[in-house]
Amino acid sequence: MSYNLAVSPDFKPDLISGWFIFNTWLQHQLDKAIHLEIHQGFDEQLQAIAAKKIDIIYANPYDISRLVRDEGFIPVAKPHAKPDEAVVVAAAEGDINTLQDLAVTANIAKTQARDVNNIGMILLEPADISPESAQFIECESYISVAKALINGKADVGFMLADAFNDLSPLVAKQLKPIVSSQIHLIHHAILLGPQLAEQHDVLASFLIDMHKTDKGKKILDDLGISHWEPMDVEEAEFMIDLMDTLAPKE
Amino acid sequence: MKDMQKDDIVGDYDEQSQTFSDGSSRQVFITQEETAFPAGCLIVSQTDVNGTITAANDSFITMSGYSREEIIGSPHAILRHPDMPAAAFADLWQTLQAGNKWYGYVKNLRKDGGYYWVYATAIPNVRDGVVKGFTSVRREPSKTKTAECKKLYSEMLN
Repeated sequence: MSYNLAVSPDFKPDLISGWFIFNTWLQHQLDKAIHLEIHQGFDEQLQAIAAKKIDIIYANPYDISRLVRDEGFIPVAKPHAKPDEAVVVAAAEGDINTLQDLAVTANIAKTQARDVNNIGMILLEPADISPESAQFIECESYISVAKALINGKADVGFMLADAFNDLSPLVAKQLKPIVSSQIHLIHHAILLGPQLAEQHDVLASFLIDMHKTDKGKKILDDLGISHWEPMDVEEAEFMIDLMDTLAPKE
Repeated sequence: MKDMQKDDIVGDYDEQSQTFSDGSSRQVFITQEETAFPAGCLIVSQTDVNGTITAANDSFITMSGYSREEIIGSPHAILRHPDMPAAAFADLWQTLQAGNKWYGYVKNLRKDGGYYWVYATAIPNVRDGVVKGFTSVRREPSKTKTAECKKLYSEMLN
């Protein structure tokens, strides 16, 4: 029987080979056939989750909520010191330098990353900008967000801090951060589907020790992760509660 | 709850007596010194079902002015500013006890007598169908909303 590994679609495109190598490592450790399923965007991945086609996932904080509470996934590990933070970005040469320069009707470029978008909107609240007052430009990727800003189509854009920090120097110099989140408590995590629950302790053990071998450390380095830390159900529940408080008011 | 200590207060202050819904009271010393909310930060805390603080992040410690040792085990009402109407907190508890999320603009009292405004969200922590406590997240509020609430709360108190 083959299992499916999925990775949150917000990973950087140049990490794709790293995730394939991680998948190969995982198959060897668990001695199971595992297929890395690359989803083209969050909607496609959500459909796969709903269809119960995912067995192991490196999930973003927004999806962790649904996976743990609705689908019975079990938290296994989180990357060490790799919190998900959001940045509100503007064009370097533009007139927007602070939140106070933004009108409540600001044009905002965003991706489908709902955790980043929720945090981004919170960062704009002190300027009285709300989902109802703002206008949005939907973008396929963070590079598209950068292009929308550079081309003057958006006033500000929402980006994952990691993605902003990894932009090429050519793109980065055309942008400037306006405000960044400093939450420190929200992060991606590896979750295991309920059908593989009996593998939890084994998988956790392999992941926690992964950086202790040269091969494992190289794979982690290529993914930008120093090492994995254990993550228990209560930590996941706390993060889900936290994400819940950050969701737009219904 | 312990009275505030004059030695902790920074600047000129007014003395007031606060009375809580359980009938207890506390002497507080308040100044007009506002501490600006640090951009991008969130103040996060957890309490047990009785409102006793069980966890707080670094932003909570910085903004409240208390040490972690002082905060953990204290009632969340230690932050209650006398300019906040009791009705706001009654609404908070009724909303949480009904299992719902509460939102509101709150003026919090610092250990040094100063204050800071927040936009607060609180939710019940439901584990296996049972409310085990509450999580509260405070973020930088809109200055427009803060001004509106300042006026509203003042009217509610008078």
